[in-house]
Amino acid sequence: MNTDTTTHPVEILLAEDNPGDVRLTQEALKDAKVHNRLHVVTDGVEAMAFLRREGDYAGVPRPDLILLDLNMPRMDGREVLKQLKSDEDFRRIPVVIITSSQAEEDILKAYDLQANCYVTKPVDLEQFMKVIKSVEEFWLTVVKLPPQ
Amino acid sequence: MSPLVDTHKPIEILLAEDNPGDVRLTREALKDAKISNHLSVVADGLETLAFLHREGRYANAPRPHLILLDLNMPRMDGRQVLATIKADEDLRRIPVVVLSTSQDRQDIQKAYALQANCYVTKPTNYDQFVSVVKSVEEFWATIVELPPET
Repeated sequence: MNTDTTTHPVEILLAEDNPGDVRLTQEALKDAKVHNRLHVVTDGVEAMAFLRREGDYAGVPRPDLILLDLNMPRMDGREVLKQLKSDEDFRRIPVVIITSSQAEEDILKAYDLQANCYVTKPVDLEQFMKVIKSVEEFWLTVVKLPPQ
Repeated sequence: MSPLVDTHKPIEILLAEDNPGDVRLTREALKDAKISNHLSVVADGLETLAFLHREGRYANAPRPHLILLDLNMPRMDGRQVLATIKADEDLRRIPVVVLSTSQDRQDIQKAYALQANCYVTKPTNYDQFVSVVKSVEEFWATIVELPPET
């Protein structure tokens, strides 16, 4: 259904500091039906630099979708979300929160800050893969992402 | 995964849609969904806001866990409803899935700028329509953590 993706890969930005979770997400997205490219940053400061194409990120693409962890060093996911959603341009990019936190407070806060959806990471490996695949399938094949 | 799954409480879905055919198809698609749900239907934007604010005959309306919002509706259209919901401190937490026949780039951009949670186009084909609605329900009801009631 996503007609814009036939020629260009869907650019996904993953902001995640846990190397194990990064690897699992890479694996889950590797055999996705929709051609995609995963870019990884490991903290909030890097995530903002990537979006603003600063420094080492001068030539990077604008992400079509952001997968955002909440607990990261230097600048956490809540602050990234707040900055993104208060920016006229960046606010259109869908942000999927992927976190191990099931705290009601975190869920409410994320929706208050206009996260597009909130998903918790299961600790079980197979469940984790399944959840990432569901996120990928829904956002890449069912949803119309904002055109570039 | 979602806390709602364990509680056996149906998830409350509000559908704002003026096309009776699309309402019927959505109802059918949601009827055999894995997660029990309760669908309420309103046919224009003013009714949608009345439902959300529990005004008039909606005094006892449940607070929806999820809103499926058509863009083109009489009296007040979906864009205005979306802008109103997302500017409201309390209502803005409710995820809004825009379900529209429009594939217009501007409509898509505008919806995301207004903070729609996602934008889904309605296929014209019957089977595909049902399948899309089921995917939406399955994703939001089983994978996503919906905002807890406060």
